[in-house]
Amino acid sequence: MMSSQSSPAAGKADLRVRDLTMRYLTRQGEVQAVERVSFDLPAGQSLGLVGESGCGKSSVAISLMKLLPDNARIIGGQVLLGGDDILALDENRIREFRWDRIAMVFQAAMNALNPVYRVKDQIIEAIEAHPSGVARETPLDRVRRLFDLVGLDPAMMERFPHELSGGMRQRAVIAMALACEPDVVIADEPTTALDVLVQDRILRELKAIQQQLGMSMVYITHDIGVVAEFADQLAVMYAGQLVEMGPTADVFQHPIHPYTAALLSSFPSIKGDKRPLETLAGEPPNLVQPPTGCRFHPRCPYATQICRDEEPPRTENRASWATCWHPLELPSPAPGPRG
Amino acid sequence: MSAATPLITQPVLLESQDLVKLFPLDQGLFRRATSFVHAVDGVSFQLHQGESLGLVGESGCGKTTVGKLLVKLLEPTAGQVLFREAQEAPAGPQFLDVSTIKGRDVKTFRRRVQMIFQDPYESMNPRRTVYDTVAEPLKVQNIGGTPHRVERVTRLLELVGLSPASTFLFRYPHELSGGQRQRVAIARALVIDPAFVVADEPTSMLDVSIRTGIMRLMQGLREDLGISYLYVTHDLAVARYMCDRIAVMYLGKVVEMGETEELLANPQHPYTAALLSAVPVPDPQYRRAPVELKGEIRAAVNPPAFCRFYDRCPMAAEICRTSPHPPLEEKSPGHFAACHLV
Repeated sequence: MMSSQSSPAAGKADLRVRDLTMRYLTRQGEVQAVERVSFDLPAGQSLGLVGESGCGKSSVAISLMKLLPDNARIIGGQVLLGGDDILALDENRIREFRWDRIAMVFQAAMNALNPVYRVKDQIIEAIEAHPSGVARETPLDRVRRLFDLVGLDPAMMERFPHELSGGMRQRAVIAMALACEPDVVIADEPTTALDVLVQDRILRELKAIQQQLGMSMVYITHDIGVVAEFADQLAVMYAGQLVEMGPTADVFQHPIHPYTAALLSSFPSIKGDKRPLETLAGEPPNLVQPPTGCRFHPRCPYATQICRDEEPPRTENRASWATCWHPLELPSPAPGPRG
Repeated sequence: MSAATPLITQPVLLESQDLVKLFPLDQGLFRRATSFVHAVDGVSFQLHQGESLGLVGESGCGKTTVGKLLVKLLEPTAGQVLFREAQEAPAGPQFLDVSTIKGRDVKTFRRRVQMIFQDPYESMNPRRTVYDTVAEPLKVQNIGGTPHRVERVTRLLELVGLSPASTFLFRYPHELSGGQRQRVAIARALVIDPAFVVADEPTSMLDVSIRTGIMRLMQGLREDLGISYLYVTHDLAVARYMCDRIAVMYLGKVVEMGETEELLANPQHPYTAALLSAVPVPDPQYRRAPVELKGEIRAAVNPPAFCRFYDRCPMAAEICRTSPHPPLEEKSPGHFAACHLV
């Protein structure tokens, strides 16, 4: 699981997010999209951020990049990457930061590429905006190497986006994210629109590249299967808040939060016993007026009065934590030698 | 989600015989097309009463086209769709050749088949209330007066879990969540008591916690009302829960078909095997076998006469290129595959 710790992540920085809070201003009111989200991602590791549509996972992603739409406001928190607080940087510094230190693979590859420019020109533009460390090769050579890295025929770089298949486009977008060998790559549903065979190949390649370059990865997805396989750490979001986080295998084996447990057991698998799938009653809440106390309480089978009245405390178990008044029964820590 | 029932012993409800659908590519006003997309190319299968058959494959494999052909939203280029008549003749069951029926017979046919679409945001008229949407098939078919329709729509809304129905009847689509819209779409499909429903990716736009509810609902309705489904999906894990049998399509051809658990446990065709090993497993302990497949899927434009999977197949041999595309053969009881080498 943690094999990436020994990889050459030495030159890369850890990502530390502290109390990140973000709102959207809408006609209906303020949408509390991200509420005091904190986590650490050591260099070279991968984090899976999962949750349902509207839970705020993509809002976390664009906040980390400080790539916000006009109606979004970050109202608190820090995003620390190697001593810099991204949220505190001015517009000029942040532009140097983006792509160079932290980059993003967008959800819909068709929209992430400009249709009127050749693919290579778009990537070269990103490289030339960040000249650090590129001196050893020409931008064109670098594009060629990047295409090689993501499994694209370098001849494709002369093409326009519409001349590529969905899988090829997604690879080109990944190549662009890797152009400056950033410390952190955020992949927002990188393979959701792709067929399973293409998805499999791209995810495997992405993981190999991540380990080779020592980058950290944040996978944002609703696909529990993808996270199970490709993320070292798993973070679960519900209604704008992180409700549970821990090493992926631990969270799968011993979920602490009832929402995590429900999410995991509602996901069908083609392997193993065909166990009954769980259904969660109700729908995610409106974040203009989120529920009081624990935001999950209206849908939670274990909810009591205290869940409605007060914010839940943090429960820890080994390397995992969750915020819940009624954490699921935890196994006693295994005795014996550690590690 | 009951255990495997021997539905194969149930009478046949629908049969697809050598179904072909070509879409012309370069047709002009005065010019005949010279190249065609072979969207569906010689697809044959039977669907039994109360059975749910899964049709799986990648985008562009022709699975949605098969669904549309079965409910006569498209006309086949060749081949037949046979549908069992509602009334049993004294001489035994009668089958209707769906592609030859016209006029009033089409309307009668549409009382017995319905389709549920993928996108609950696109398949509903935003200016119509839930009542208008669900009652529309009754109106088209001229069934009952207003009181009867209101009663029927109310019953259906309750049945699909939109309860109390009175609070939903006069809402508009934008006032509903994605899961609720899909429930309305299901109610609309079932309001005229169809015998057969084509469900085209009905849960792929929904979140996991909502998806399970819709899957349960569709299974329950099948058991209670005895409906047959053709369940079109790209998601094998969903198909495992929704289907008695699965047919795998590749570039317009069915390459493998069998009972769900058997097909998932013992895939015969190398394409099915590759598809199965590419699905991420939600278990961090599980280690998948690597997928051995060359290249990317092509478009089904003027495909070669030999096996369509040849250029990507990890097992490809000389015979695969020198013989025509292999027929779908029974390799073990009830388990069919189209491959020279298995």
